[in-house]
Amino acid sequence: MENLGTVLRIIAAKQTLPGALLPILHEIQEALGCIPSESVPPIAKALNLSRAEVHGVITYYHHFRQTPPGRHVVRVCCAEACQAVGGEALAEHARARLEGSDLTLEPVYCLGLCAIGPVLQIDETTLHARVTPEKFDTLMHALEEDQ
Amino acid sequence: MNGRQDIDFGTPASTATTLVTLDIDGQAVTVPAGTSLMRAAAEAGVMVPKLCATDSLKAFGSCRLCLVEIEGRRGYPASCTTPAEAGMKVRTQSPQLAKLRRNVMELYISDHPLDCLTCSANGNCELQTMAGVVGLREVRYGAGDASPGENHFTDSIKDESNPYFSYDPGKCIVCNRCVRACEEQQGTFALTLSGRGFGSRVTAGQGQSFMDSECVSCGACVIACPTATLMEKTVIDKGQAERSVVTTCAYCGVGCGFRAEVKGAEVVRMVPWKDGRANEGHACVKGRFAWGYATHPDRVTKPMIRAKITDPWREVSWDEALAHAASEFRRIQNKAGRNSIGAIVSSRCTNEEDYLVQKLVRAAFGNNNVDTCARVCHSPTGYGLKQTLGESAGTQTFKSVEKADVIVVIGANPSDGHPVFASRLKRRVREGARLIVIDPRTIDLVDSPHVRADHHLQLRPGTNVAVLSAMAHVIVTEGLLDEKFVAERCEPKAFFDWREFVARPANSPETLEAASGVPAAEVRGAARLYASAANGAIYYGLGVTEHSQGSTAVIAIANLAMATGNVGREGVGVNPLRGQNNVQGSCDMGSFPHELPGYRHVSDTLTRELFEHDWGVPIQPEPGLRIPNMLDAALDGSFLGLYCQGEDPAQSDPNTHHVVAALSAMECVVLQDLFLNETAKYAHVFLPGASFLEKDGTFTNAERRISRVRRVMPPLAGKADWEVTMALANALGYAMHYQHPSQIMDEIARLTPTFSGVSYEKLERAGSLQWPCNEDAPDGTPTMHVDSFVCGKGRFLITQYVPTDEKVTRRFPLLLTTGRVLSQYNVGAQTRRTANTDFYGADLLEIHPHDAEERGIRDGDRVGIESRAGSTTLPVTITERVQPGVVYTTFHFPGSGANVITTDNSDWATNCPEYKVTAVQVSRLIGA
Repeated sequence: MENLGTVLRIIAAKQTLPGALLPILHEIQEALGCIPSESVPPIAKALNLSRAEVHGVITYYHHFRQTPPGRHVVRVCCAEACQAVGGEALAEHARARLEGSDLTLEPVYCLGLCAIGPVLQIDETTLHARVTPEKFDTLMHALEEDQ
Repeated sequence: MNGRQDIDFGTPASTATTLVTLDIDGQAVTVPAGTSLMRAAAEAGVMVPKLCATDSLKAFGSCRLCLVEIEGRRGYPASCTTPAEAGMKVRTQSPQLAKLRRNVMELYISDHPLDCLTCSANGNCELQTMAGVVGLREVRYGAGDASPGENHFTDSIKDESNPYFSYDPGKCIVCNRCVRACEEQQGTFALTLSGRGFGSRVTAGQGQSFMDSECVSCGACVIACPTATLMEKTVIDKGQAERSVVTTCAYCGVGCGFRAEVKGAEVVRMVPWKDGRANEGHACVKGRFAWGYATHPDRVTKPMIRAKITDPWREVSWDEALAHAASEFRRIQNKAGRNSIGAIVSSRCTNEEDYLVQKLVRAAFGNNNVDTCARVCHSPTGYGLKQTLGESAGTQTFKSVEKADVIVVIGANPSDGHPVFASRLKRRVREGARLIVIDPRTIDLVDSPHVRADHHLQLRPGTNVAVLSAMAHVIVTEGLLDEKFVAERCEPKAFFDWREFVARPANSPETLEAASGVPAAEVRGAARLYASAANGAIYYGLGVTEHSQGSTAVIAIANLAMATGNVGREGVGVNPLRGQNNVQGSCDMGSFPHELPGYRHVSDTLTRELFEHDWGVPIQPEPGLRIPNMLDAALDGSFLGLYCQGEDPAQSDPNTHHVVAALSAMECVVLQDLFLNETAKYAHVFLPGASFLEKDGTFTNAERRISRVRRVMPPLAGKADWEVTMALANALGYAMHYQHPSQIMDEIARLTPTFSGVSYEKLERAGSLQWPCNEDAPDGTPTMHVDSFVCGKGRFLITQYVPTDEKVTRRFPLLLTTGRVLSQYNVGAQTRRTANTDFYGADLLEIHPHDAEERGIRDGDRVGIESRAGSTTLPVTITERVQPGVVYTTFHFPGSGANVITTDNSDWATNCPEYKVTAVQVSRLIGA
């Protein structure tokens, strides 16, 4: 694994923290975009855990991914408040629009902006409020253009 | 005990001493504090419905089926997680509870296939039983879009990778019992629940097959599974058993109790027995699954003879074979004298059988030429512990480890060699006990999930005594002695001599560092940790005994325990992890050339007279020949006949060339075994043996526990081994008439003070007994040396480190040491004839990357290994488990010839061979 050096560096930096597993997993995902399966044995070894235990934690949290995401990650809120103002239709539209695209679509349950839904998040960096299907297409177009 | 199934109390027993009384369904129930309501009810005969609870695992509280009502409390607490309290009033049945349970069960079944009639668990399915108990009558829902009775994993592919059990996620109710069994019972942590919600499923390793995961195939998950999700393949093939017989495993010295589940005369599965005190319901891949050798087509079931070892075998009747063997033995004795024949007793056979063989030698052969394979494993234990503590056996029960605070493991690899004990040890370490490992190799215990040794003293092979003396030096010079214990319990003069000796600068860790290779600071740290423990326990194995200073090292261990007061109560002690199911027993039974049963010397007139009177023959007062002496005497022409029961010296004994030459020089080798083993090539008479499933008897494990072996099926060759020995004695003209092994045990009890309280009737009642069991200790002796040592005062002995003659040179620059793997057992006669070869199919040579690189060796290469004694070839695995300068291999496969390389060196006191240290050269084979 070409990223093994990164993984080992992150493990070395965090392994003495109390409850080090989650901080390590977060940082690996931040650095590599995902937690490659090859990083599990060194994490397990360092924390005196089994591979199965680390695997169990990674698969338990939807946030952690085992394969790299698309070029951008688009999260559509599917929680109640957004559903009440057209979130379901937006999600349906998004699914169709991004079929076969190199962007990754994920549901998210509440981004804390219930007053201005439906809400959408791109790459954990930008938030967009009152997203209509049209607005969604414009945003996606921009992402697709931005190669 | 036949035919019973173990009762499942739902949660483990509480060890509290205070009792509480509560009311359950109108019954007054008294239980130890901390007992769950579920268990309290079960003890009163009230079985609360449950799915995720089983008494081998801690309460989990997830299935919501065991809800109860408690007067004065709101809601419906789970009875598995609610502890009993004094005065509680509990109702386990009410209309509201019935409705809740039925609804919960309906949800389970909404996602479970309804193929009960064709399901392998039919007849033994907890889910089916609970559906019946709660009165489930309809299922209104399906999982997701599915109809009721379908499972959303039904399309998942079954995992059939393990040779012994299958995993079908389509039948899983996600109760987590398997995951918890792997963690709590086995301590491997190979399983997890991956995903969440409907997506959650049991997963091995990182979502791999069971075979590709860390799974060690102990089978605990399969027993824990309440459905057919995890199921033994033999049950899938044969259906549920019709009866069960409680017996004792015939592999290692842990001596696990098993329920053999049987259909007719066929074993369906072996289930670890919850009431077996050595294992408490746990097992390993060997005892649990690797019993198929008993009916393997290689079993020889007809006696055979031949005039010369180059002739083909000829099948004959029992009478002809026995008459031939007897006449040959007598012919040899007439020609070459009374002492020209002898016998080797099997540590795999029962106590009764071992007793009979030594009786045959002493009474019918008329000499003391009897020895056992303990010669080549734990004879230094017998010697060393007898000299210091006064008794040739371990001091504790296995359960004692639950009270240890610091555990020292020396020259043993419990997770491979004694896996069921290792699980107990690891559990104690997870609870906070500290661990010290003294081993040349990085064994699993040094660093594996949730277990990490505080100190790993990675010594050079052959330097145990140096390290142990250095630890003693630290204890004496840093004031860590238990002065009060020593003053009260030990011989003062011997102690002062020892103290003066170990305190010398020559025994300091700093001085001995050069020899052992262990940094002095590590030795000091380990010594301080052990000496400061409230309870310090030492466990050791063949890595201590199989050395030229094996007996010295055992003595050094006993010295450490006495010096720190770690003898005579639970949680401490000196514990040899004995190799074979009945190696303790074979030693107890007088299978030594110098000792009668109960470790009494043949020169002792009173003892001899006791046996002479009972047996009606004179007994020779001089010790007979040990195995190595027999072999040497064969080569000089004075030893010509051998009765070898259940042993394979041609593969198991060191320096194969020498052994084979000696066997070839004998005129009559009578071999009694299940299979035509390596030694059979040199035999003239073959007498078919019987496996442990085919006979009654007893085995004695490493904790001196005598457990019953019960016949599950008739002997394939028509005779159990004790019947064969008896027939041979009769053919030799010495009458033996036993109708049942219980009569042999009665004779043993009559003649052996430490066994005088043992009888089959008492064993039936007690389940098992730890000797000494006599008038002073009618219920046996779990912990030895409680108030005083068996020899009165404990005897410290000087342990001068003397380097072995087996030294590395320019020609042989590496040290070879040997060991075992989990799935194979010793010479592999049994395990090689099971699917355990799927786990380990060939012996491998472990070599450090540095030594491999120097020799241009790549992983998987076949290499040549040469020692002063011989040479062989092995495939190589490159690993940092071994240190530079040390190579390691196992000895399970005859073709590997591990013992072609090992030398004649042996322990100074007992002749136990120095298997663990051989100087070798390893080289890449040309053209490989």
